Amino acid sequence: MALTREQIAQRIAQEVQAGYTVNLGIGIPTLVANFIPPEKNVMLQSENGLLGMGPFPLESEVDPDLINAGKQTVTTVPGASFFSSAESFAMIRGGHVDLTVLGAMQVDEEGNTANWMIPGKMVKGMGGAMDLVAGAKHVIVAMQHTDKKGRPKLLKKCTLPLTGIQCIHQVVTDLGVFTIEDNAFILQEYAPGHSPEEIAQKTEGTLKVSSNCKEMSS
Amino acid sequence: MIEGPKVFKNAKEALFDVTDNVTLLVGGFGLCGIPECSIAALQEMGVKGLTCVSNNAGVDDFGLGLLLQKKQIKKMISSYVGENKTFEQQFLNGELEVELVPQGTLAERIRAGGAGIPAFYTPTGVGTQVQEGKETKVFNGRLYLLEKAIRGDFALVKAWKGDTFGNLIYRKTARNFNPMMAAAGKITIAEVEELVPAGELDPDQVHTPGIYVQRIFQGDHYEKRIEQKTIRPA
Repeated sequence: MALTREQIAQRIAQEVQAGYTVNLGIGIPTLVANFIPPEKNVMLQSENGLLGMGPFPLESEVDPDLINAGKQTVTTVPGASFFSSAESFAMIRGGHVDLTVLGAMQVDEEGNTANWMIPGKMVKGMGGAMDLVAGAKHVIVAMQHTDKKGRPKLLKKCTLPLTGIQCIHQVVTDLGVFTIEDNAFILQEYAPGHSPEEIAQKTEGTLKVSSNCKEMSS
Repeated sequence: MIEGPKVFKNAKEALFDVTDNVTLLVGGFGLCGIPECSIAALQEMGVKGLTCVSNNAGVDDFGLGLLLQKKQIKKMISSYVGENKTFEQQFLNGELEVELVPQGTLAERIRAGGAGIPAFYTPTGVGTQVQEGKETKVFNGRLYLLEKAIRGDFALVKAWKGDTFGNLIYRKTARNFNPMMAAAGKITIAEVEELVPAGELDPDQVHTPGIYVQRIFQGDHYEKRIEQKTIRPA
């Protein structure tokens, strides 16, 4: 079985170490928060100016002045702080954020990624993604392994306008967990019922299988 | 009514000299912390050819989306505009000029503008379209881009509380781009939910010192629209 969005998020949550400050992007990355145990004392950073983001509010707690970077209403946890966008990106660019998880349209074997624009079609903008990939100590991409037409998204070279170069350290898709080293995707774990051979077929970039590679428990 | 040399009655009076073709710095992130009253006044005044520097472009029927609908904006400088269909349409039709800037670079360019720094080096955007046409330099073995400061003819900011001297206190994540923009406007017009006489705000709690604010007014009927209301079950 390919991993669901929740299972991708759950697997990424295992990479989050105790005491980390983590920035989660929109989509699957947002779900990662649901799987980080409270005893890890992780602080979530939201680039619109909040360190210490809590869960969505109860109906009675909804506050239009308290949102996350996805413009969703949120809450704060004890120890939270608010600050300006300039301060927020000083944290990000200055390397104070331990881990960034973001979605992507493409990742290539050099660790380049594209997630903000399809020329002539989609104009949304990069938001904070370029700053996050340039500044965070560790960057994980969460995405589907192939696009809606079944084409690989783990490529030799990204074809869409880039968000950042040589910045992605790890990719978790519905089919597996990959690290990026020396211009190759290294398969570390694969989804139950799938095989490294099948994944190689659905990956355009160079794929190597780690000597410790294992099937994920279902 | 509270009086003072910087105090104006409402948005329309405070924005009296905003003309066609000026550059406006507009605070807010999404619809959070946007100068609702000033935007409404701009729409009523009908000024055109505006260059707006703002992280987002509002939604179709609120925030800067209101000015886009009436085609009052010539150029937008933003980081993310995905919530606004009018924007996408006008851009793809070539009716609207757009400069997309990484969010942290946008914040820092505005901060630099207010702080008298003409340009700065950043690692953000290296190897991407953002690098095109920019000077680069290597520091400690890493490549950086030279990014230039941004200033505005006017800055339109929104705070929670303000005093007659122009000191501002923001609330929660409604702070976002407002403090940097306040400093980077040649004329900064602040709207606040509550205006108090100077002396009533605790100086230790002031986020934006009044020196940056030339005009202030108390807004009314804040809608504070929520873009994505998300709740957890009780």
